[in-house]
Amino acid sequence: MAAVHRPQGSSTPERKGFLGWLNKRLPVDEFIRSQLTGYYAPKNFNIWYFFGSLALVVLVLQLVTGIFLTMFYKPGEATSFDSVEFIMREVNFGWLIRYLHSTGASAFFIVVYLHMFRAFLYGSYRAPRELLWILGMLVYLALMAEAFMGYVLPWGNMSFWGAQVIVNLFSTIPAIGPPLVEWIRGDYGIADATLNRFFSLHVVAVPLALLLLVMLHLVALRQTGSNNPDGIEIKKNITPDGFPLDGIPFHPYYTVKDVVGVGVFFVLFTIVVFFVPTFGGLFLEGPNFEPANPMSTPEHIAPVWYFTPYYAILRAVPDQRMGALLMGLAVFVFFLMPWLDRSPVKSIRYKPFISKLALAIFAVSFVSLGYLGLQPAEGSYVMLARIFTVLYFAFFVLMPIYSRMGQPKPVPERVTYHAH
Amino acid sequence: MAENVVVGDDAVDLSRRKFLTTATVATGAVGAVFAAVPFIASWSPSERAKALGAPAELDVSKIEPGQMAIMTWRRQPIYVVRRTPEMVEHLKGHDELLKDKDSESSDQPPYAKNLFRARLPDVLVLIGTCTHLGCLPKQRFEPATPDMGAYWPGGFFCPCHGSRFDLAGRVFNGSPASVNLRVPPYEYPSPLKLVVGVDETQKGAA
Amino acid sequence: MRIKVRTLQALMCGALLLTSGGAGSGLFAAEAGEGAEGATQTDWKAWHADFDVANKGALQRGARNFANYCLGCHSLKYMRYSRLGQDLGIPDDLLNKYLVPPGDKPANYILTTMPPGDAEAWFGKTPPDLSLMARARGTDYIYRVFKTYYLDPTRPTGANNLQLPGIAMPHVLSELEGLKKPVYKSVEKRGEDGKTTTEQVFDHFEQVAPGRMNAEEYDAFVRDTVAFLSYVGEPAQIQRHALGIWVVLFLLVFTWLAWLLKKEYWKDVH
Repeated sequence: MAAVHRPQGSSTPERKGFLGWLNKRLPVDEFIRSQLTGYYAPKNFNIWYFFGSLALVVLVLQLVTGIFLTMFYKPGEATSFDSVEFIMREVNFGWLIRYLHSTGASAFFIVVYLHMFRAFLYGSYRAPRELLWILGMLVYLALMAEAFMGYVLPWGNMSFWGAQVIVNLFSTIPAIGPPLVEWIRGDYGIADATLNRFFSLHVVAVPLALLLLVMLHLVALRQTGSNNPDGIEIKKNITPDGFPLDGIPFHPYYTVKDVVGVGVFFVLFTIVVFFVPTFGGLFLEGPNFEPANPMSTPEHIAPVWYFTPYYAILRAVPDQRMGALLMGLAVFVFFLMPWLDRSPVKSIRYKPFISKLALAIFAVSFVSLGYLGLQPAEGSYVMLARIFTVLYFAFFVLMPIYSRMGQPKPVPERVTYHAH
Repeated sequence: MAENVVVGDDAVDLSRRKFLTTATVATGAVGAVFAAVPFIASWSPSERAKALGAPAELDVSKIEPGQMAIMTWRRQPIYVVRRTPEMVEHLKGHDELLKDKDSESSDQPPYAKNLFRARLPDVLVLIGTCTHLGCLPKQRFEPATPDMGAYWPGGFFCPCHGSRFDLAGRVFNGSPASVNLRVPPYEYPSPLKLVVGVDETQKGAA
Repeated sequence: MRIKVRTLQALMCGALLLTSGGAGSGLFAAEAGEGAEGATQTDWKAWHADFDVANKGALQRGARNFANYCLGCHSLKYMRYSRLGQDLGIPDDLLNKYLVPPGDKPANYILTTMPPGDAEAWFGKTPPDLSLMARARGTDYIYRVFKTYYLDPTRPTGANNLQLPGIAMPHVLSELEGLKKPVYKSVEKRGEDGKTTTEQVFDHFEQVAPGRMNAEEYDAFVRDTVAFLSYVGEPAQIQRHALGIWVVLFLLVFTWLAWLLKKEYWKDVH
């Protein structure tokens, strides 16, 4: 059975020469053993398990392209817009670097949303992975802040009015709201001061926080081990010499598999970058090719697609303060997932019908809200947004009840895997 | 040639595995090199820098004989000296004091590889940055001054590290600079109308 | 080449738009801008600027049109004459002769000579810079502006526009297109209160005076100009398409190799 190559023993063999010299001073081999060749992942990962490594790849892509854009971009009311056009037209391959970064922003959210949905499917947020989930959610929050401030930097008209609307959300906080908004802007309106602080946060502070959180997320993953589509702990079935029976070394098996995922991802990604970089106004919006104009709001103002589910919730509520509050709750409620889910089984595979239905309704609600957030807030759109907002929250609020209902299917002792 | 290793019941084709690993890694490496190209290229002068570095013009007839005008081309000072007949005469007679009297290892267009290091004997055009470490040499056109010494035929003196050049920009022995001052490409579309940055070999070198 | 680009776009949209449903319906209109066939005069909102930004001849004619009819008031402040010459394959001497105004340098940005103050006095507003008009509003928008001018004596310029009602810009191309007036038809409409009212709705244009061009020539003229403005909006787009095909092909090869490698290693896993 055990055809998988497993490293022998728990310590790494002695090396000679330079590598020996190096390893006495820096635990290179030890790191590779503990993180890659000696890290066991369940062998039954499916397509949903590509998105974690892809998120890491996109993070690196955003860092590299961002570093290069920073070399040419000039923050400032008078210079931002022109410098972006300078990058697009006069810097060698500037257009490519900018499109990689702007498409990368959307790609980041696509893979992160799919990564999060994977956790919903297979109960990856459940004990013992609560902290792993919370750290992941913090990464998501940092990512939202990063994306929002990055969107302001080109100083197009959507940048300006997006900043205006989002910053004004804070004015709904009782008592401290208005002075807080003034403090965030550093002026009496969205201005040069706002742009410059957002630039600093976007290129220095938030990326540092992101890197730290991603590292903690990975450390926590190494501690608990990966969940899998069956929701079984592979550590429960151990070979006599101490290896998980259903686990395979991350390297080489998952590194070669993830490389395939990265390849497919980049094929799709570069098709967007080279052939539809604006993605019909979803990734780069038309009005943002007009310079910021504090005297003229674009006719139809909507955030970039990855924020629109929350934006739709905000607009669905006819009260300003309640709308902002619900919008905040819509994000915050994710943190509670590990304690809301009371199902005896982790994976959707073995959950009863009612839990499957609930998750399906939630997925439809989230996507529909995303669509509605892009549409003008009028007519039947508002009513639909209200319905889906109720369904969205019902998924979470009723979870402690419905997750215990119905009879789960028996969970197998070992993971399900069929060799191809 | 498959080298088969039997692990349990399985025959693992190690040579195929090795070949595919090499092929994937090699292709990935090629891809990485390609991916680096746009980032590296982005550091080269932008279209704006090239536009600002377009050929620069100067009316040489406005320079008094014996005087120097400084113009800018590609962010470098261009020294334009209107040499008097005496100055031209002083270019001869100190060949043994020069490091590269025939400008063999110096940088100049073919039409400036002559005694005058210029198209016209009376107009010297130089890139005014010292070939040592890039400071701006000062004019010392007066010959045999006390500070420059009795042999001094008139020329340029670099204040940073003491390099000395004659009135054709040729470097003297004992200077830290090892080659003569550089001559930019230039031409005269009409008499005494100087354009720096273009010549017959590089048209409109913007 | 052009077909390939469109196919890739279609594939892409199909692959990534699964979740965004109707939001993607505008994709082709915005990026590809095709399908003028079957558009009747009545539904002018369905008119599309059909052009090929890789067609250098069209871009050159568009550049000439711009210099002759637009540059008097509108600038292209992010675009250099020299870049235009390079990308559009216009030799230096022709560029200097026909496009670069006397006294201007090829390396300079394409700026109008009209003082902004004068423009405001004459038209009530400064004519906008057109560098990014095609990106901000779309090429169909520009196409429809040029195609839906009509006589309107109530306007100070004597002209109005279906796409941009109350347009401040006079119909500068009327000498080419001629003059046309709209013909309305009565449409019965049932209001929310159940009563039927009659409304005047635009039906078609009627040519009042001929221009120097017939309808087809004028349409081609407008399409060339729109193609040029599309190019100006993103000069890198020609290069983008050409390079993209090789990048995608390379990645397909790489992914295929990686997939073979994965299959090989995963033979171990039972």
